Amino acid sequence: MTGFGPVTLGHFLSLGAVLFALAVIGIFLNRKNLIVLLMAIELMLLAVNTNFIAFSHYLGDMHGQVFVFFILTVAAAESAIGLAILVVLFRNRASINVDELDELKG
Amino acid sequence: MTTTTALFYAFSAVLLFAAFRVVTARSAVAAVLYLVLAFFSAACVWMLLRAEFLAIALVLVYVGAVMVLFLFVVMMLDINVGELREGFWRHFPLAALIGVVIALEMSAVLLGGFDLGEAPPASAAALKLGNTKMLGIEMYTTYVYPLQIAAVLLLVAIIAAIALTLRKRKDSKFLNPSQQVRVRKADRLRVVKLAPTMEAPPATPPAGGTP
Repeated sequence: MTGFGPVTLGHFLSLGAVLFALAVIGIFLNRKNLIVLLMAIELMLLAVNTNFIAFSHYLGDMHGQVFVFFILTVAAAESAIGLAILVVLFRNRASINVDELDELKG
Repeated sequence: MTTTTALFYAFSAVLLFAAFRVVTARSAVAAVLYLVLAFFSAACVWMLLRAEFLAIALVLVYVGAVMVLFLFVVMMLDINVGELREGFWRHFPLAALIGVVIALEMSAVLLGGFDLGEAPPASAAALKLGNTKMLGIEMYTTYVYPLQIAAVLLLVAIIAAIALTLRKRKDSKFLNPSQQVRVRKADRLRVVKLAPTMEAPPATPPAGGTP
């Protein structure tokens, strides 16, 4: 990883690491806003997928891309159900503030 | 500095800027739109890694479906942003510290751990078939059972999302099939006992008496 040479595996993995760190910072900053929390999770999955594809390319192995395909499937299902829960929550409470969700008293 | 390197840095810069704006944008709609930009740049980066099918699937499925779903939900809900952003930057020092630690830890592992250098040249099969066909062959032979499970997972997600958000209307008229088939004759039919014959009213004797 020196200067502007050819792009190596380290470049892509560093991109994934910085993207993941940004998503973690987003979870800390938006700890009240449930929608942005879901978006930060999507960013984390994107960083992980980038790492998978980078390894798949640099190792010449197709299995990493199949894994990314399955991760995309699970992420789509997760965001669909998460948004459905969010809509039901907003209908009942008229708010998506995470701080107010303390009915279970955990 | 080759074209690939220049493109990598350009797409990465756009991706990281968009990701930063996603988590700091004031309105949720702007955050979703920046997320669309982030996904699109990520698809371009994946293109550089010769994962054409996944890059196009990311744009079609994620930007086309999931992000539009996000946008619908964000626009449907009337969110009070001011209350949610109260004390927004209070945790920023801690968050930045943890983010930097994560990035540094990962770089420490990545810089020393993987000395792969140049990517291997594409194999003859990959050149002949192309990325999409290679992925398809892998997916429908080695991973055929996980693929079925993924399909079932999507079905479960569809049913769960509909079941969660479906609202019953009070004034809709509908029949309950289970009650319908459980009905018995006694519930619907009432047998009324009637006397078999009626007493004939006594005939008034004609005025002239019996002939």
